[in-house]
Amino acid sequence: MKETVSSVVIKKEWDIVGARQAGRQLSQELGFGSVDQARIATAISELARNIYLYAKEGEISFEELYDLPKVGLKIVARDKGPGINDLSAVMQDGYSTSGGLGAGLPGVKRLMDEFDLVSDEEGTKVTAIKWARP
Amino acid sequence: MSSLQSDMQDYKDLLSKYLETKDEAILYQAEQFSKQSIQQNISPDEIVNVHYQALKEIYPDLHEQIEGSFKFLIETMISYGLAYQEHQVLREKQIELKSEIGVAANMQNTLLKTSVPKTHAIDIGVKSVPAKEMNGDYHHFIKDEQGNVGVAVADVIGKGIPAAFCMSMIKFAMESFSENQIYPQWILDSLNRVVSRNVEQGMFVTMFYGLYDVYTHQFYYASAGHEPCFILRNETKEFEEIDAKGLLLGVESAVKYEQLNTSIHEGDLIVLLTDGVTECRVDGRFIEQEEVLNIIKEHEHLNSQEIVEHVFKYFERLQDFQLRDDFTLVVMKRNSSLSV
Ligand SMILES: Nc1ncnc2c1ncn2[C@@H]1O[C@H](COP(=O)(O)OP(=O)(O)O)[C@@H](O)[C@H]1O
Ligand SMILES: [Mg+2]
Repeated sequence: MKETVSSVVIKKEWDIVGARQAGRQLSQELGFGSVDQARIATAISELARNIYLYAKEGEISFEELYDLPKVGLKIVARDKGPGINDLSAVMQDGYSTSGGLGAGLPGVKRLMDEFDLVSDEEGTKVTAIKWARP
Repeated sequence: MSSLQSDMQDYKDLLSKYLETKDEAILYQAEQFSKQSIQQNISPDEIVNVHYQALKEIYPDLHEQIEGSFKFLIETMISYGLAYQEHQVLREKQIELKSEIGVAANMQNTLLKTSVPKTHAIDIGVKSVPAKEMNGDYHHFIKDEQGNVGVAVADVIGKGIPAAFCMSMIKFAMESFSENQIYPQWILDSLNRVVSRNVEQGMFVTMFYGLYDVYTHQFYYASAGHEPCFILRNETKEFEEIDAKGLLLGVESAVKYEQLNTSIHEGDLIVLLTDGVTECRVDGRFIEQEEVLNIIKEHEHLNSQEIVEHVFKYFERLQDFQLRDDFTLVVMKRNSSLSV
């Protein structure tokens, strides 16, 4: 379990934990502090849960970014599920069914430094990047 | 991030001083620190981390278990941090909305402004206070060329912004009526057509419309499903209910309203109100209509404006200064001919 995984398939709820673990390991190696590690893990949870809940199946993949002196971690969550209809509604605070927990996709955007979301009937792709604080 | 770093230094200093002295003064400073952090939008997970880092600096050989426990705590605080940030954004939005509604309410006040007619025959007092910012009640005065006074008191079923829109429409419809058509029946018939044509189903308006003929001292009135109004007779010191049959405005377009009239004698007092006055609820019990009328009777000797102010003050206090419903009260008293 020590090796760095660059992509995790999400199918069962248990896979969310695997994705978190992979993300944490990478972020540790890249030198993220403990708060940022926890933020990255939480963002991964949100994305993986969305795949598990709404698309049933998908994948979370990781990429190390070296834009020296900056280092970062890029997370891509991809699925071939039904897609999201109204993107701007989903990105509004207070929309998520979690209601008032601040989580959901706006939460992911907040936890990370960069965020992008593409979705149609063919599926959904969320890209999020976090840069390590020097 | 430099401010966070200097805060971090402050925190570390405070913490180590406190651990040494257990001094209350330092706890007080900690309280200031937390307020400052909130002002700077620093989220709770961040604070836990600041504590963890400070602790590591103060005790370089912190027990591994303790370190682990802090990582655990930070993890559990992340969602609190997110909820906190969302809360901040929603709060800002709320402030924005509030100020927009404030602007709208001001605009409503300007749009719906009506001045109390001055006439030697009657003394008029009016008090209209919204429960929230937008008023769902409405009152309006008209004085025709001969000096007769028309008065409308209305209540939109439904509150807030839609009600305010509806009221503006009614006001402009009323202003478009020509000055020699101010008989209550005609006004309600016409307004009903306007409302049923322009307002979507489910929005209804009750209105009581009265016309005081200053020459014959007849009071003509009609009602579109509104609260009954009252006349306090000077001779008997008893209230007389005045009411006329009629559907709410906007229910059906082809309605004919009933118009009645009554003679007003010197010292008689006409009372027009909305259900915010008679149905005001205090601690689960409705205030009896009689209670309102009693207050009016008690202050009957005052001038009309003083009477309505007294009634309002009484209600405001009864309701702990938080009106549950819009309050509108109009009092018109026929002056005695001697006092002219
Ligand atoms: N991967 C996805 N595929 C399809 N729909 C999604 C996906 N992710 C999110 N959604 C839709 O967007 C909504 C908002 O998602 P999110 O912000 O995570 O909040 P929550 O999951 O608490 O509702 C979800 O309710 C769901 O309808
Ligand atoms: Mg979700």
